[in-house]
Amino acid sequence: MSSYSITAPSSRQKWIAGTIVILYALITITPLVWIIATGFKSGPDSISYPPKVLFQPTLEGYVNLFTTRTRANAEDLAAMPPPETWYEQVVRDNGMVIAGPSRYGERFLNSVIIGFGSTFLSVFLGTLAAYAFSRFKIPLKDDLLFFILSTRMMPPIAVAIPIFLMFRTLGLSDTHLGMILLYTAVNISLAVWLLKGFIDEIPREYEEAALIDGYTRFQAFYKVVLPQAATGIASTAIFCLIFAWNEYAFAVLLTSGTAQTAPPFIPTIIGVGGKDWPAVAAGATLFLLPVMVFTILLRKHLLRGITFGAVRK
Amino acid sequence: MAEITIRNLRKEFGDFTAVQSSSFKIEDGEFFMLLGPSGCGKTTTLRMIAGLELPSSGEIKIDGEEVAQKPASQRDIAFVFQMFALYPHMNVRKNLSYPLVSQGMPRVQVRAKVAEVAKILGIEAILEKPIGCLSGGDRQRVALGRAIVRNPKAFMMDEPLGALDAEFREHMAVELRALHDRMGATTVYVTHDQLEAMRMGDKIVVMNRGTIEQFGKPQDIYDKPATMFVADFIGSPSMNFLRFHGNVERGTTSVKLHHQPLAIPEMREPFEGDMVFGVRPEHVRLTDSGGYRGQVKATEYLGTTQIVTLNTALGVIKARTASGQVARVGETVGLEFDGKTVTLFDNQTGRALRSDLNEGVLAHG
Repeated sequence: MSSYSITAPSSRQKWIAGTIVILYALITITPLVWIIATGFKSGPDSISYPPKVLFQPTLEGYVNLFTTRTRANAEDLAAMPPPETWYEQVVRDNGMVIAGPSRYGERFLNSVIIGFGSTFLSVFLGTLAAYAFSRFKIPLKDDLLFFILSTRMMPPIAVAIPIFLMFRTLGLSDTHLGMILLYTAVNISLAVWLLKGFIDEIPREYEEAALIDGYTRFQAFYKVVLPQAATGIASTAIFCLIFAWNEYAFAVLLTSGTAQTAPPFIPTIIGVGGKDWPAVAAGATLFLLPVMVFTILLRKHLLRGITFGAVRK
Repeated sequence: MAEITIRNLRKEFGDFTAVQSSSFKIEDGEFFMLLGPSGCGKTTTLRMIAGLELPSSGEIKIDGEEVAQKPASQRDIAFVFQMFALYPHMNVRKNLSYPLVSQGMPRVQVRAKVAEVAKILGIEAILEKPIGCLSGGDRQRVALGRAIVRNPKAFMMDEPLGALDAEFREHMAVELRALHDRMGATTVYVTHDQLEAMRMGDKIVVMNRGTIEQFGKPQDIYDKPATMFVADFIGSPSMNFLRFHGNVERGTTSVKLHHQPLAIPEMREPFEGDMVFGVRPEHVRLTDSGGYRGQVKATEYLGTTQIVTLNTALGVIKARTASGQVARVGETVGLEFDGKTVTLFDNQTGRALRSDLNEGVLAHG
């Protein structure tokens, strides 16, 4: 007798589902693999046609990413003392000498400061606001919540001009603080709404029990509610970070010098010393890492966060 | 240990009045029940005593000290929630320690105190377990433990047995009452289960729509209901009501229902108009000599007793009789009522008329 179940998938169904998942994974992962691979190619390999799948890996792209170089002719190179470091050697093999460090490191650090700074601020303010919306009687609560959501109803870049003028007047253009505030403003509505959902699901009795046990409301909040909301806070933080980390348009518009983040900087590498695709790919690869690490660290929470509230316990 | 006095307590949520001017007194060491259907204001009253809800007006005195507007943390009261509300991110020991840590008690003392409470409740074996893997009964015990661990002035319990299955409920009810007797602390207990209230309580307040219907000992509330609501709410099956028009004087000892004179306790107040003749099912006897007659509609066999439902001229009557008594469906039989136990009500207000039976018990009005 063949076993038949309404809920358990048959082996054929599993096979089809597995194929679709693998295909989808291949499609999404190919560009990523391509970028990572290009980062380790030499200049000629990176633009060869047909594209090379197997190639001699080199750190040329990474060296170029972190340095500025000038072309030198063969006699001058030969007259120089031997290179002191491996990366000088890499540069000289291409007929160039290192002129100094590039600004990638700085830009990357800016991204870290602005990305994580705005994420922290969004989640911090979002948690407090969401708790208030969830637990207290607030006049015009629904209207306020709608207003907060409405800030996301058009693409943020639609208000680029007013923000540009505002930032210029307030002296926030090209500052870390300005970018943190901007990304926080964009993210806070998402944070409030997501976190309110999570906090709504935490029974009030936990706080009441803490109040009875002799704690103040604030103590009850951070000793009882916060640990319960950890999942929601983690997934909200990931969403906020991904937005702030990848944001390009405002970064181009509002930053140029001190506070420029990595996304607007990476394309400028193309202009230095020809189309240096390996360096661009190396910049993009390194840029992916922090979000990847952050997401992997919080991934359990993220998965629960996405499916949260779907099943009543 | 504390006595709790409630005076003219009132709570409004916007336009809705959840509790209207309640007054009652809970004696030191009493096991006190707040009983009523859902939405009657019993939980709101309990939460106001605990300080989780601030009253709109009125007084709450714990041991003579006015606390109505004080935060919960300053009242030294413990609360057992219906869903237990154990801190899910802590294990049993931490849950039990939590109220002590807030008082700044030294670690060694906390450990000793937790061990003592765990012994009382028989939960020593599960002290290190996370809350998530406890059974309902163990959660209940831990919730009780968290309440008793700091020796509060009084316990508030909001349907603490409501989340347990029926079999275990009975067991916990006995355990809870035994624990109370041992500790002797004032306990206020909210329930909608009249049997639970009668079985466990020293005193019961019956509430309905935010008002107190009756306040007294379980026997008094059962035998001498102050209102039709109480008579109907307490007892299963509930009291039989026969509506009739008539008049009684001070000293009257019988009324005529459908031309049949029926004995009642000696009346202490005159009344004329639409009245209700209330009699409990166990005070109805089926006998051929009874003048008031009814036709048997159905019988329910309950083991030692049976419930006989009869159609009569003034309405349906349920009688609780010995299960050996023969009652055939369709048969017309005579009914006799135990006159001493009858309560007459004013049909319009639902108020019990004063008589020999309930004199001195009626607290309302």
